[in-house]
Amino acid sequence: MTVRQAHQERVRTGDHFINGDVACAEGALAAGCGLFAGYPITPSTEIAEHLARRLPEVGGTFVQMEDELGSMAAVLGASWAGARAMTATSGPGFSLMQENIGWGVLTETPCVVVDVQRPGPSTGLPTQTSQSDVMQAKWGSHGDYEPVAYAPASPQEMFDLTVLAFNTADRLRIPVFIMADEAVGHITERVRIPAAEALPSSSRPRPTDAPGNGFLPFKAGPGLVPPMAHAGEGYHIHITGLTHTERGYPTNSAEVHDRLVRRLSDKVLRRADELTLVERVWLDDAQVAVVAYGGTARSARQAVRIARERGVRAGLLRLITLWPFPGAAIAQLGLQTRLVVAESNLGQVAREAERYTAGQVYRVTHAGGHLLPPEPILEAILERA
Amino acid sequence: MSEIVTTTHPTDPLLRAERLPHIWCPGCGIGSVTACYMSALAESGLPLDQCVVVSGIGCTGRVAGYVNLDSFHTTHGRAIAFATGVKLANPRLQVTVFSGDGDLFAIGGNHFLHAVRRNTDLLVVCVNNFNYAMTGGQAGPTTPRHSFTTTTPRGATDQPFNLQHLAAALGVVYSARWTALHLRQLKTSFSQALQLHGFRFVEVLSPCPVGFGKANDLGEGIEEMEFYRAQGVVDRRISPAEALIEMSKSTPLPLGVFVDPERQGNGQAGPAKGADGVVGR
Repeated sequence: MTVRQAHQERVRTGDHFINGDVACAEGALAAGCGLFAGYPITPSTEIAEHLARRLPEVGGTFVQMEDELGSMAAVLGASWAGARAMTATSGPGFSLMQENIGWGVLTETPCVVVDVQRPGPSTGLPTQTSQSDVMQAKWGSHGDYEPVAYAPASPQEMFDLTVLAFNTADRLRIPVFIMADEAVGHITERVRIPAAEALPSSSRPRPTDAPGNGFLPFKAGPGLVPPMAHAGEGYHIHITGLTHTERGYPTNSAEVHDRLVRRLSDKVLRRADELTLVERVWLDDAQVAVVAYGGTARSARQAVRIARERGVRAGLLRLITLWPFPGAAIAQLGLQTRLVVAESNLGQVAREAERYTAGQVYRVTHAGGHLLPPEPILEAILERA
Repeated sequence: MSEIVTTTHPTDPLLRAERLPHIWCPGCGIGSVTACYMSALAESGLPLDQCVVVSGIGCTGRVAGYVNLDSFHTTHGRAIAFATGVKLANPRLQVTVFSGDGDLFAIGGNHFLHAVRRNTDLLVVCVNNFNYAMTGGQAGPTTPRHSFTTTTPRGATDQPFNLQHLAAALGVVYSARWTALHLRQLKTSFSQALQLHGFRFVEVLSPCPVGFGKANDLGEGIEEMEFYRAQGVVDRRISPAEALIEMSKSTPLPLGVFVDPERQGNGQAGPAKGADGVVGR
């Protein structure tokens, strides 16, 4: 048996001047990540590099896999062995992970997947910024499911939301996505890491009965999240990507399938209110509201500030959670204001926002390659004011 | 003896009896191989609560569903990568990958290469039935040349993998090939492999009368078993490179242990060493 001893602190409490990728890695460490499996890809590589150095120092495991298919599979395996597990990638790798993400959804495997987005389709612009994987986070794997995805806008949020992602993943037993972008991954700012005891923490629901008492690994209570037994604990679980009964055994029953897929969706959707985080900036009296997220929200905030200086009552709804979609917040805002959605893609969130509003949503879009600057957003605000 | 009927089979506690009968066709060897593995595991002295089986997709992928252990039926081709995560996150677990030739060596081939390169502490069992059986008998990475399958209606043209040569060349700690007929020898190989550390490989040839046998004059399962008996040759002078499988009545079928810690040279690369330079236990 391998004996691992921690000789460095997991939580580096204090103020740091680090980039978003490194902050994400520190967030994973602070959250108790036990295994990182990944494959190098720009612009996420610094997360792997940082964890390659840091994880072994705190008793964790870093493994560089042969590809993203294997990375995602190893993360799932590690989770079932009891570890908090994570991978980080960018669009091309995120594409390769989708099949195993679906396995994680159906088998209710907690894990965290970080996508530091770059412009696609395909290899696109590897070193530049983009937000064009938003819909892939929602629909990337086949079948019906409801993901949870966060969009950090700063290195501080790369840290905070990575910690939150581990907690959400464990609490709901789902893969959780950090939909970062190259700008946020590579910008360097102050990151304040709190004391270990001040970090939010929640854990997987666990079996209360000892092994041998007919444990049903997929029998969920009113909270819709079944308790999770790990490999090696004596429960002799069987876990399959086939549609399965509460016992975990495969079935061909359409009724069981419908019940299972609905529960998997409902366990997320019923918690949509608590899961959908937004930041409201100057919205109380706003005539025009910009909806933005991630790196683009930084430009949007500047555009709104300039508009205010020019006497235009503008505000910002910054989406922190992308999935479940903060439709209620947008619907409410759509009744009071004219909406502008600004994003580094050709309207993925804008189109979703339109489903929640009666009027048209004004789009400020760019396919990616540079951070959307404040000017076109300001222009849109002024036109709509 | 007045009573020969018993209500339990010796392997009952080792299998998920409530899931039987299994889905495998009459004449298929996967069930025998599974029971053989479980018997070896039970006799190994390893705590069964610490033993894990990981499978991919396909007929052999269903093994995970019948063993009474912590068992995982993963995605197509990714069993070894998944098992790598299990093992690394909890090194106390004895992790065995059980899957078929298509899953392990076509869609999942790259993971095999890299798991051996890392000398990952896994036992990988490949039931090789020369075709994609679950989907109805298509050609796979071990389909012998000139064999008929639903996707090689004029006979297979591509060179198949010789899995013993592949494993030996990559540097596995242990590699053996038996058939679903040679269960006693197979059990010995499972027992040997379970006592070693590092990447261990056991290939088991299995009849697939529905998907492969009938179309290739191998007949029913029992007739393919007879073929294994007639053609099977255990000769330690046969190197892994020479251990081709032609499935023809005019050529021998090389079986045996091709790599183990005591046996080096003979044409194959030496066994892989762990990071500490130690081979095996």
